[in-house]
Amino acid sequence: MCATGIGAAVRRKEDHRFITGKGHYTDDINQPGQAYAYFVRSPHAHATIKSIEAKEAARMPGVLGVLTGAELAADKIGNLICGWMIHSKDGSPMKMAPHPALASGKACFVGDPVAVVIAATLAQARDAAEKVKVDYAVLPAVTDPAQAQKSGVPQIHEVAPNNTIYQWHLGDAKAVESAFTSAKHVTKLDLVNNRLVPNAMEPRVAIGDYDTGSGTFTLWNTSQNPHVARLVIAAFVGMAPEHKLRVIAPDVGGGFGSKIFIYPEEVVALWAAKRVGRPVKWTAERSESFLCDAHGRDHVTHAEMAFDAEGRIVALRAKTVANLGAYMSTFSSAVPTYLYATLLSGQYEIPQIYCEVDAVYTNTGPVDAYRGAGRPEATFVVERLVEVGAREMGQDPAELRRKNFVKEFPHQTPVIMNYDTGDYNASLKRALEIADYKGFGRRKRESARNGKLRGVGFSTYIEACGIAPSAAVGSLGAGVGLWESAEVRVNPTGSVEVLTGCHAHGQGHETTFAQLVSDRLGIPIDNVSIIHGDTDKVQFGMGTYGSRSGAVGMSALVKALDKVEAKAKKVAAHMLEAAEGDIEFKDGKFSVAGTDKSAAWGEVALNAYIAHKFSGQELEPGLKEGAFYDPTNFTFPAGCHICEVEIDPETGNTEIAAWTAVDDFGVVVNPMIVEGQVHGGVAQGVGQALYEGAVYDKDGQLVTGSLLDYCMPRADHLPALNVATTVTKCPSNPLGIKGCGEAGAIAAPAAVINAITDAIGTEAIAMPATPQAVWAALKKAGRSLPHAA
Amino acid sequence: MAAVSLTVNGKPVTTDVDPRTLLVQLLREELRLTGTHVGCDTSQCGACVVHVNGKAVKSCTVLALQLEGAQVLTIEGLAPTDGPLHPMQEAFRENHGLQCGYCTPGMIMTAVDIVRRKGHELDDRTIREELEGNICRCTGYHNIVKAIAAGARAMQAGAASQAAE
Repeated sequence: MCATGIGAAVRRKEDHRFITGKGHYTDDINQPGQAYAYFVRSPHAHATIKSIEAKEAARMPGVLGVLTGAELAADKIGNLICGWMIHSKDGSPMKMAPHPALASGKACFVGDPVAVVIAATLAQARDAAEKVKVDYAVLPAVTDPAQAQKSGVPQIHEVAPNNTIYQWHLGDAKAVESAFTSAKHVTKLDLVNNRLVPNAMEPRVAIGDYDTGSGTFTLWNTSQNPHVARLVIAAFVGMAPEHKLRVIAPDVGGGFGSKIFIYPEEVVALWAAKRVGRPVKWTAERSESFLCDAHGRDHVTHAEMAFDAEGRIVALRAKTVANLGAYMSTFSSAVPTYLYATLLSGQYEIPQIYCEVDAVYTNTGPVDAYRGAGRPEATFVVERLVEVGAREMGQDPAELRRKNFVKEFPHQTPVIMNYDTGDYNASLKRALEIADYKGFGRRKRESARNGKLRGVGFSTYIEACGIAPSAAVGSLGAGVGLWESAEVRVNPTGSVEVLTGCHAHGQGHETTFAQLVSDRLGIPIDNVSIIHGDTDKVQFGMGTYGSRSGAVGMSALVKALDKVEAKAKKVAAHMLEAAEGDIEFKDGKFSVAGTDKSAAWGEVALNAYIAHKFSGQELEPGLKEGAFYDPTNFTFPAGCHICEVEIDPETGNTEIAAWTAVDDFGVVVNPMIVEGQVHGGVAQGVGQALYEGAVYDKDGQLVTGSLLDYCMPRADHLPALNVATTVTKCPSNPLGIKGCGEAGAIAAPAAVINAITDAIGTEAIAMPATPQAVWAALKKAGRSLPHAA
Repeated sequence: MAAVSLTVNGKPVTTDVDPRTLLVQLLREELRLTGTHVGCDTSQCGACVVHVNGKAVKSCTVLALQLEGAQVLTIEGLAPTDGPLHPMQEAFRENHGLQCGYCTPGMIMTAVDIVRRKGHELDDRTIREELEGNICRCTGYHNIVKAIAAGARAMQAGAASQAAE
């Protein structure tokens, strides 16, 4: 390992600009002559738009235009789409309702954009928006997914009777039924996976520009996948041919999934720019982020786990209603199906699994992938069932898990996934040691002496990352392939530019991708630049989500580097007057085997371009290679998180006393960055378990619509975290990487709730387990004093 | 429009502003000091923290016109452009106290203010409580807390070595 190679905790190359205030986020960009967009949004969750009166607004100072859904339709701007087809169990396709960028005829959630004002300044646009008069006929609304399919409930879209998008299932219902019939013990749980607001700290931004000279559009946006945005806006929305649309996503201030999707404001910024003949900028206010960024989770589930007499899991079944909100967001359909039910085997050998999922429309903002996307929901189901099952059967929760772990690989689960490798016992064992599980009883007694309740909770999670083998996801309904691309440009002076189809929004690709190049080519890391996020610069790529950049994006880079090395060896062979097969490349030096003849990396790079030592017939000049890498399998990061809580029964306040995370991410490129990813993921998972919850009232108003009302975890909510790794190398990609970005958010909620329920002695607690909720649960269970057990 | 004169990162600025202009808008839009960020609309997130007359202030909550004669320091002015980084900036880099970088300028400006008020030996609890007004969604705060503790100590060492010179 070189000092800046794979496995080194290299300090991040991108940090200098961020710590000096020189980052380039989308809102930092302004175009000459730029105008500003301000959206008029529906204040009602469900309402017919009878008329929009914009004459007064249009006469306000600085106003360049007031645009509505009628103009959008007249200009034949197409609808936003969901790109993953799910079929119901009866074979019918999902019911995708039209989603225009500006509401047409009807508004379906609070925040649904119904008009946009374009003005010379933002203040003028905002002032004029207040003068747009929309006459609404308010309709009754439905916000609770558990109610959405009932008779007499308001119908949101004509195409979807009973507000039902699909009724999907996976697994063998009969075999599961039979396994339950003969089971010794059955654990049953009703679970709500609470709705979350992603809240990346950078609000979304879109700047649209139209060049009449070339007929070309440019969109600067806060995107995790600019090429996908370009494809959708070109091919489905029909804004412009793909080659006439450039999408640039510069520094992006956090995404967590919420910036994968193609949003109405991006479409409107482009369209409005052409309409008014000036660049148009829109920057979300945080209140708009709350209303309109795609939310996460929002499942209502009944789940059961069947055990035999020895405590072996014989079957699992789950019935879930998933709320997808008012419109189907870009990948929303896949989250509660193929990213959820396929992980219901957890780390366990479960012979039979059956899962039914109904996806429903409600009068709430759209719901789509948020850090973990389906896998946190699956983990919560499995890990709550196992923990509660252990308690009900009087078994140690760690021991029950160990007994049921998958131990031989590859392992085919009954729900599609084929686990390639892992050592679940190793991560459990290590976590038990770090957490001093043996000493828990002593700590519990100590807490009891102080009038506190102490509990411990486990989460031995698994996830499917490295998204994803294209043919596999295609067979499951994906509208795209999920390979990744890379191009390596070697300059004549030997420095290197890497163009990756991935996109960094906090993950540190400029460092980790450069580590791979530095390691492979033996050149200083400072001689490597990583370029991403501009469709005019970078070849088509699929972007960053699903913990895929290392496992898929860096694998593409390995392939491109293979080609670079092969070409460079040809150049070196000509320079050194040797046979190509005799050229060896090591530590940045080409040498002829068995001789002292050698050429440095920089010399070979220069010779590739000056082309003095070979003819064009023998070898093409230049040193630039590209590759597309399509994974052969998902990757399966897994691990064990142990949470220890201390609860004050007087107030119901939960304090996280200790957190242990032992994760198997395969080969780790940069341990410092990987630990940081775990910290952040755990914080979001703890946020879900203890603090966060998007709440709509029965009229569809988001009552947690600001950072004053929605509790984002702050520094004093969280403990220091003990983070460690075990390693089983992923066999399906060249670097052995599994991915680390989502693990914390996937593992954490179950660990926290398992710890709280252990402490309070009742399973009846929902997330977020606020002090009020814990206090009420204690009261209801008739427990208020700690047991010095 | 109304005139206001203030000093930003050591440079005098006199400008006419719409009376409703916030300090953060003056910094970002007029002075193009885009290191100061806007992360919310309720003065909760702290991405916009700058120093006004030596104290940490959320620049989204101050009108530009209130700052007649004030000394404003932003992240861009914390260290000389071509000189060494401020010890707190260096500590954030060294301790991986940032990921997406969006909250970072506000965090660093707050951190320097914490040191001013609480001294150079900061325990975890103090730092976490003092960060009440700054939200980070990426890091889980673990490494931010480490960075601030290290930065606080480095500021003391830096001050001591300057005093010795």
